[in-house]
Amino acid sequence: MSFVPHTPRERGEMLAAIGVASLDDLFADIPPALRLERLEMPDGLSEQEVYDHLHRLSHRNTHDLACFLGGGFYDHTIPAAVDSLVSRGEFFTAYTPYQPEVAQGTLQAIFEFQSMICRLTGLDAANASLYDGGTALAEAVMTAASATRRDTVVITGGVNPVYRRIVRTYTRNAGLRLVELPAAIGEATDRQALAAALNDGVAAVVVQNPDFFGSIDDLGDIAAQAHAAGALLIASVYPVALGLLKRPGDMGVDIATGEGQSLGLPLGFGGPCLGLFAVRQALVRKMPGRIVGETVDRRGNRCYVLTLQAREQHIRREKATSNICSNTALCALRATIHLALLGKAGLREQAEICVRKAGYARRRLAQIPGIRLRNRQPVFNEFVIELPLDAEEAVAGLLERGIAAGFPLGRYYPGEERALLVALTEKRTRAEIDALARALEELL
Amino acid sequence: MIPLIFERSVSGRRALTFPRLTEAEREGPLPLPAEYCADEAPDLPEVSELDVIRHYTRLSQQNYSVDTHFYPLGSCTMKYNPRLCEKVAALDGFAGLHPLLPQLRGGAALTQGALEVLWHSGELLNELTGMAGFTLQPMAGAHGELTGMLLIAAYHRARGDTRRTVLIPDSAHGTNPASAAMAGYSIVAVGTDADGNVDLDDFKARLTPDTAAVMLTCPSTLGLFETHVRELADIAHANGTLLYYDGANLNAMMGRARPGDLGFDVVHLNVHKTLGTPHGGGGPGAGPVGVREALLPFLPAPIVTRSADGTFALDYDRPQSIGYIAPFYGNFGVMLRAYAYMLHLGGNGLREAADHAVLNANYLRVRLQEAFDIPYNRICMHEVLLSAGRQHKTGGIRALDFAKGLIDAGFHPPTIYFPLIVHEAMMIEPTETESKATLDAFADALLRLARLAETDPGAFATMPESTHISRVDETRAARSMVLKA
Repeated sequence: MSFVPHTPRERGEMLAAIGVASLDDLFADIPPALRLERLEMPDGLSEQEVYDHLHRLSHRNTHDLACFLGGGFYDHTIPAAVDSLVSRGEFFTAYTPYQPEVAQGTLQAIFEFQSMICRLTGLDAANASLYDGGTALAEAVMTAASATRRDTVVITGGVNPVYRRIVRTYTRNAGLRLVELPAAIGEATDRQALAAALNDGVAAVVVQNPDFFGSIDDLGDIAAQAHAAGALLIASVYPVALGLLKRPGDMGVDIATGEGQSLGLPLGFGGPCLGLFAVRQALVRKMPGRIVGETVDRRGNRCYVLTLQAREQHIRREKATSNICSNTALCALRATIHLALLGKAGLREQAEICVRKAGYARRRLAQIPGIRLRNRQPVFNEFVIELPLDAEEAVAGLLERGIAAGFPLGRYYPGEERALLVALTEKRTRAEIDALARALEELL
Repeated sequence: MIPLIFERSVSGRRALTFPRLTEAEREGPLPLPAEYCADEAPDLPEVSELDVIRHYTRLSQQNYSVDTHFYPLGSCTMKYNPRLCEKVAALDGFAGLHPLLPQLRGGAALTQGALEVLWHSGELLNELTGMAGFTLQPMAGAHGELTGMLLIAAYHRARGDTRRTVLIPDSAHGTNPASAAMAGYSIVAVGTDADGNVDLDDFKARLTPDTAAVMLTCPSTLGLFETHVRELADIAHANGTLLYYDGANLNAMMGRARPGDLGFDVVHLNVHKTLGTPHGGGGPGAGPVGVREALLPFLPAPIVTRSADGTFALDYDRPQSIGYIAPFYGNFGVMLRAYAYMLHLGGNGLREAADHAVLNANYLRVRLQEAFDIPYNRICMHEVLLSAGRQHKTGGIRALDFAKGLIDAGFHPPTIYFPLIVHEAMMIEPTETESKATLDAFADALLRLARLAETDPGAFATMPESTHISRVDETRAARSMVLKA
């Protein structure tokens, strides 16, 4: 099934109008030696056959574990209305709103998204989305280097190790120097190490809050430290935590980035994601990606349009602020609808539930002989415990009992093979937390 | 005018509740010192669920989309998005799967279905493009371009080669030079000849020992097959230069020719164009990248492998890899839709799609060629490039005016003012899923507008009139910079 509607008769009429005898004639420009006879691929399957095949494959995945995995991707609740609204074809089968008169739906929704991200982060402007939290952080680093005309970036140890690697990939060829400070699990950002790394070549300091290990920090003095050296402060943040924590903009952060998956996107085996990106006013023209602005039409009606396009690749080509074209607009729409449904009280309540669930889980797990809590700073919804045995082994044992107990940190932090990163969301019931504790008790 | 969601807010209104915490969980003060907390909750709207449903339903009704209108946006391949793909993407076994699960010991066994989707997708893409291996991680076309250029840089670096420049035709998408620049390269533009091909003499003159790669789009952004593509490839390869394939226009060639056979070394696809996944109002897409054998070691980590016993695993042990470019395995949900699409169409259907995409574009070309200038009037591929140059010269009517006129006729406008090298460009890509009747109605409308441009050019000033808003003041938006409420 190719979804081609042509009847043989219509095809004949069209070929005649074009003045060719066959479809083959339309490909006469391809040199004969380069023409393909046929694709070595099976012929098309029916809708039912494709569905059955994928339904079978979906059953070879285990999605109903009690999931304590986090590390930047969380099993949060998704209100039914989110799926219902984004499944409207008027949204998901449109493209980038180049023609504002026939794209006000998308444009206004993005304007609302930008507004919500500004309100969450306490910053002045947000773009219409980037791919994910990791590439958003890499883009922020490029933005800072361009804005300060400096070439060194200091990234602290609390930043997600995957994001650190993505930033590395981006900076390696861009002529930027990346200074990576070591991680100290459970500790606040090391101010002295940071001070030692700062100099007048540093474009930006990159932090994460809560950090990869779940610890919360106040970024106010770090911002002051960075600014005193003429550097910008970039913070990778977790939007659910912003229901409760001080806003990055209010602590002096210049660029906030983040993964928006928690705002109504399914886990979906890691993608699509939603890259969040917000800046202070002074950096607006350096921002990557699409931006929607408010304006009026010729009759004076308020309306919305893509703006500040002189930053973008289709105009500026190699001098653009970024190469990004397609973004994650439908994911941004999900987040907008999700945040509207949660509302002011809902997002705060969700954040408080996460904190209390994490608090309960910590109290419960700390009672188990041999388990040690590693975070000395307060935590939000995620924390590290140290087990008396290899964490990978423990997690493998618990998988067999239907529990994904967390993410063993040894994979990214050699020497920390007994450390386990455990995440809570409002979806984890007390019974599941207790089951996790009991399973660990039995295992240890 | 629809109010903003914030303007519907009423203090104290709620739409959603959460499960109650148990006593044990609620016990004691919030375990988070107040010094870390904001004084107030974030200023989000306070609305009911019905408020939200009505608001976004009404907003959606202000969009043109493939589902509601013919959407011949050139270079974007706005074909029908099969609902089967949406249905399989929503299956719990895919949508509810945590990406860290296969990274746990014993976890790969719990994600075999998802890993098979990725592995098999890579195999199908290899056959479709004639490449040796794919990474499915790039999260959009431009991300694929950047990945491809990083792969090329790693390839040269491993050979101790320090080439610094990339050749790009002046007709290329803006993402090409922007992506190459992000990978650290300087850009050298190559001209276009009178037939719409890369200017061979200019190409030879600009190719130097410093040229790391040539980025080509084929069919080109002029909608034409690059007739001396093999010659370009041979000249480039003899110079130690790699050839990069921008797959934005692959829809024209599926089953008819393969980038690998044409001589390309690195290929990216836009699955939201070629493989029928939804454009989402701007994304998400996916931009998988395929390479020749010699570039396989540089693909980003991880890749999905299949062992002799048929089990799938993630391979992170890639010492020569360019590193990580995405948090997990790319836009899995998008690739899953593309996989379902490829299985559903099959080899025969993919070729049939390409054939009819080209048929439709050429049909529009002949229907419109009397009324409009066609800068390169030969058999085109999946899109036809018109110019409103004649109308602009005689009556002052521009491509933008035709775009707005088409809106009133019930059509989404084509891409306008691209490629940059064509005056008053209108790039029309009908795609294979549109019927002759739709194409005729569109051509009739455009011909009517062409006559109007001669008889009453003043009539265009107020177009569009059928939409909720009329033409917008873009200058004011850029000057006043109201970017949030």
